[in-house]
Amino acid sequence: MTRVNPKYIPFLATAVVLLAVFGSGSLLYPNFGTPRVLVNLLNDSAFVGVAAVGESFVILSGGIDLSVGSMVAFVGILIAKLLQAGCDPFLAMGIGVCVGTVSGAVMGCLIYFFELPPFLVTLAGLFCLRGLGFVINPESIGIDHPFYGQVLPQLSILVAPKAVLPFTAMCFLASVIIGTLLASFTRFGRNVYAIGSNENSARLMGLPVGRTKIATYALAGCFSALGGIVATFYMQSGNPASFVGLELDAIASVVIGGTLLTGGVGFIPGTLMGVLILGLIQQIIIFNGTLNSWWTKIVIGALLLVFIVLQKLISRRGEQGAMAGR
Amino acid sequence: MATPLLEIIGLTKGFPGVKALDAVDFALQRGEIHALMGENGAGKSTLIKVLTGVFPRDAGDTRLEGHVIAPRSPREAESLGISTVYQEVNLIPHLSVAENICLGRQPTWFGVIRWGAIARRARAALARLDLSLDVSRQLSSYSIAIQQLVAIARALDISAKLLILDEPTSSLDRTEVEELFKKLRKLRDGGLGIIFITHFLDQVYEISDSITVLRNGCRVGCFATRDLPRINLVSHMIGKAVQQVEALGQKRASTASIRSDAPLLEARGLGRKGSLQPLDLDVRPGEVVGLAGLLGSGRTETARLLFGVDRPDQGTLRIGHQAVRFNSPRAAIRCGIALTPEDRKVAGIIPNLTVRENIVLALQASRGNWRRLPVAEQEKLTDRFIHALDIKTPNREQVIRNLSGGNQQKVLLARWLATKPRLFVLDEPTRGIDVGAKAEVEKLIQSLRQEGLGVLFISSELEEVVRQSQRVVVLRDRRKVDELTEGEISEEAIMHSIATHNLERPAA
Amino acid sequence: MIDWIIDLLFWIVFGTILFFLRGKRIFWTVGALGLLLLFNQFFTPGFFHIQLLDGHLYGSRIDVLNQGAKVMLLSLGMVFVIATGGVDLSVGAVMAIAAAVSSRLLVTEHQPAGVAIAVALVVSILAGAWNGMLVAGFEIQPIVATLVLMVAGRGVAQLITEGQIINFLDPTMVYLGNGHLFALPFTLTLVLLMLLLAFFLVRRTALGLFIESVGDNDEASRYSGINARQVKFLVYAFSGLCAGLAGLVACSNIKSADANNIGLYLELDAILAVVVGGTSLQGGRFYLIGAVVGGLFIQTLTTTLYARNVSSDISPVPKALVIIAVCLFQSESFRARLSRFVRPPGRILKPLGSRPSQNLSTVTPHDSRES
Repeated sequence: MTRVNPKYIPFLATAVVLLAVFGSGSLLYPNFGTPRVLVNLLNDSAFVGVAAVGESFVILSGGIDLSVGSMVAFVGILIAKLLQAGCDPFLAMGIGVCVGTVSGAVMGCLIYFFELPPFLVTLAGLFCLRGLGFVINPESIGIDHPFYGQVLPQLSILVAPKAVLPFTAMCFLASVIIGTLLASFTRFGRNVYAIGSNENSARLMGLPVGRTKIATYALAGCFSALGGIVATFYMQSGNPASFVGLELDAIASVVIGGTLLTGGVGFIPGTLMGVLILGLIQQIIIFNGTLNSWWTKIVIGALLLVFIVLQKLISRRGEQGAMAGR
Repeated sequence: MATPLLEIIGLTKGFPGVKALDAVDFALQRGEIHALMGENGAGKSTLIKVLTGVFPRDAGDTRLEGHVIAPRSPREAESLGISTVYQEVNLIPHLSVAENICLGRQPTWFGVIRWGAIARRARAALARLDLSLDVSRQLSSYSIAIQQLVAIARALDISAKLLILDEPTSSLDRTEVEELFKKLRKLRDGGLGIIFITHFLDQVYEISDSITVLRNGCRVGCFATRDLPRINLVSHMIGKAVQQVEALGQKRASTASIRSDAPLLEARGLGRKGSLQPLDLDVRPGEVVGLAGLLGSGRTETARLLFGVDRPDQGTLRIGHQAVRFNSPRAAIRCGIALTPEDRKVAGIIPNLTVRENIVLALQASRGNWRRLPVAEQEKLTDRFIHALDIKTPNREQVIRNLSGGNQQKVLLARWLATKPRLFVLDEPTRGIDVGAKAEVEKLIQSLRQEGLGVLFISSELEEVVRQSQRVVVLRDRRKVDELTEGEISEEAIMHSIATHNLERPAA
Repeated sequence: MIDWIIDLLFWIVFGTILFFLRGKRIFWTVGALGLLLLFNQFFTPGFFHIQLLDGHLYGSRIDVLNQGAKVMLLSLGMVFVIATGGVDLSVGAVMAIAAAVSSRLLVTEHQPAGVAIAVALVVSILAGAWNGMLVAGFEIQPIVATLVLMVAGRGVAQLITEGQIINFLDPTMVYLGNGHLFALPFTLTLVLLMLLLAFFLVRRTALGLFIESVGDNDEASRYSGINARQVKFLVYAFSGLCAGLAGLVACSNIKSADANNIGLYLELDAILAVVVGGTSLQGGRFYLIGAVVGGLFIQTLTTTLYARNVSSDISPVPKALVIIAVCLFQSESFRARLSRFVRPPGRILKPLGSRPSQNLSTVTPHDSRES
């Protein structure tokens, strides 16, 4: 008898949910299934998606990063301010990525060296970065640099008639690919899985637990900063007050994407699907017109609950399986 | 004799207040399986941890193939060729078998992991153990026995010279153990040195070439297995306890206090798969029943079943003629059972609460959330027990963490006495407490008996069991092997039961 | 002149309180509050000004008490949750739900204020019970379990208000957050009433003992016959009730229910208040008064920044630094590292070794030191 490996069950469930959401959308609304809507979907959820890839690593390692939304907003306003001051766009982006990575690494150090709970440290990060964003500039800054106005729109690919894949969507897909490679094809990625699954065993197996943990939070900071850059492409501005609660969307995407919230199990492409599910739900609600936007939150919350309970049931069955094996 | 593979000379390691290892010598030849034996606290695991660099040593030399080594981390020890497989399988259950074998040392190509090479290497490592598995499957989908073998394969994957197995068989069944031993013999014949730690006597005699016995951090001796009769091994491990325990008179407690023949507790065929073979057990009011056996023989498992911590999957339990099924300690407590657990720190004390709070806890729990014991009554109760049990504490509001082990134990006894139990299960009540406190605990047990309570007394110190009990149930390898009554109880008789009873198989 | 005397009296009373608290855990919390107030006494003009208008007291310190009521109420519920070793991230969302329910009943359904308030509180308790069910019944980690309601709760609140910001003028509801009683804001009475209820629960019932016991050693509590699940369930339900009250106060303050913004990030302030109050995030011993004073401290910090013209947008930064500082001092490994710098080198190993550590990470550093 071929049984499905239990670690694929949440992943498969995600795929089923994605197909179901997309299918019902296409059945209900004639224009829903067009390539153009799909491309828009990728474009609209690009910055959430990039940040969610970083969040996936943290959750895989058994932690949580609540600073994502603030980080995206902070890097956004930082870049806008630098561009306003006449800085080269690539230098500005480089600075943004460095700042994100370093903040992530600092949080990782606090978590590892002083054994502080991750949710608390990243909560402090959330506060700090949100406030620092306002220190840089209390109001939104529009970006009118020629790179944003003229170069970016050309960096797009026609994938189907009337469907242009914008650069933001490409960044999103690239992040997913890079994330997948990192997670599945490097020692670092495998160590993240091992630590998330059982930190004590990982230590006894001689894996570099501290280094990996700190690197994980640094990586999440880096991806959040990249998400901030993509957000400036998308919004053509930076705003310190924006993206409040983005961290919840990112976490929800990761969990709905089939990653175990306790760590150790999950796939980065699952996060892509999770982000798409969230985006599709929003699209359906927009297409419907009579349903209001708050339904998005309720549906996301319900999906989150379903996946958490599903994971709990699977892990419980796993424990019982191990007991029976004794 | 050629240079031994591993030689340890005068290894000493102290923790604050304890000398965990005191000038221990040890030698292991190539192609030898060497059993390391000893009761709890003998120093086995400290020896292993110092050897593998988890703890720093205080003094002594370690030589591997004649070269002095001093590993500072398990990783360094591994690179020297010393690999360890722990009792709990320390692998990553969610990852594949192949990955578990290669984790941390995956073959890469410019930083990119070569999954094909990993699978090949894992298959090769498993082939050394004559094992052929689907290495791409998740580790947790295999039985514990296979996981254990995977752990060994991982340990051997780096050119290991010395393999340390810390209680590898405690979760395996009979056939799985045979299978494991077959593989160990093959590895031994290939020239590997193996240190084997276990508490199963049968297994020691089945697999090991020589035995080193530790007791209280000292080496008792090193013996060739075939020259050491079981009874001697047991007595080496348990030792002659030379303690000035307050003389309770060599005249042992008599059965006079037993009030009736009707048992208070009556277990028939009570057992749980993987933890305890079905056993029969009676405790009568006014009787102390001793539960004797070596570490891991099923003593604590019995206590857990009786107290509803684990659920039995077979057999019946009657308390005062009424059939009961406990699904939680709460249910057991309601029937008048009390338990002081083996591990005081984990399951006994609430470390940051005061003596008073710790004492009233169980009584309050039986009264429920809302009917709170008035403070005045709590204080009266606490003072009474502090006085009656002579608990040495500056005052009743002292945080229990700051008390000595013996006084913590007395607080736990007080916690349960306050609930006025009918049956008291005492799991190692005298472990880790000083001689004076031990005597007091023993005296208390006798007075409980006189008051008509039933007591199930679990201890690894045979002398104590002999002195306290009117009946002794002997356990070995998680099954009841003997029951000694009044006239038959002696340390020698118990040791004989532990060492020689073989219900299923003749001695190896 | 009169102001000067009043200030002096205030400091004498404060100093006396502090004196009697010496040696207790909440000394540090009250002391920190004192330092913050002392700073304001000298550097923030007008902070200590108090005046009586229409028989009501006004002034920055009164504002602190009034505005801090929400955080104090939340921390009263949160302190129990944290004491059991959990955390409730959903209190902000529950506040929004309570606000939405009450104003909808009041305005759209034309119900009397009493009914609106009662139903809102019942709904909040149910929300808390939902968390309790997930944590105690399904054994889902508290952070994860309460995250669900944190995400969905605001959606539910908006569903109830149908996405509108509902304004109301009902005198009873407005009184809740703006009224005065005995010259002081009514919210203060509310906090005191809840504090009394909490005190009753921990002092007159056995719940206080059981909460600390479960948080300190779950396993040993179970061995002692405590129904740990029931205790956890009750604790989350109570946190729901506190959040509901805080939500009513919040919407009454602004006379409207804005499901998007009521209680936003207030769960963080509540956690911070509890931690500043001396309760460890590991669970176990809790400090009820400490949590309330911690809430006051947070609000004083916010008000101070506001009074010094620091934009309310930037005020999260100092809060974050306080969180990290307080947690670092609670962290054992931080104290161990700190003592390594402070103590003479010969004694370094003693404090580390006195607690046999099973954690390899704390062993390794001084391994390398020795060899």
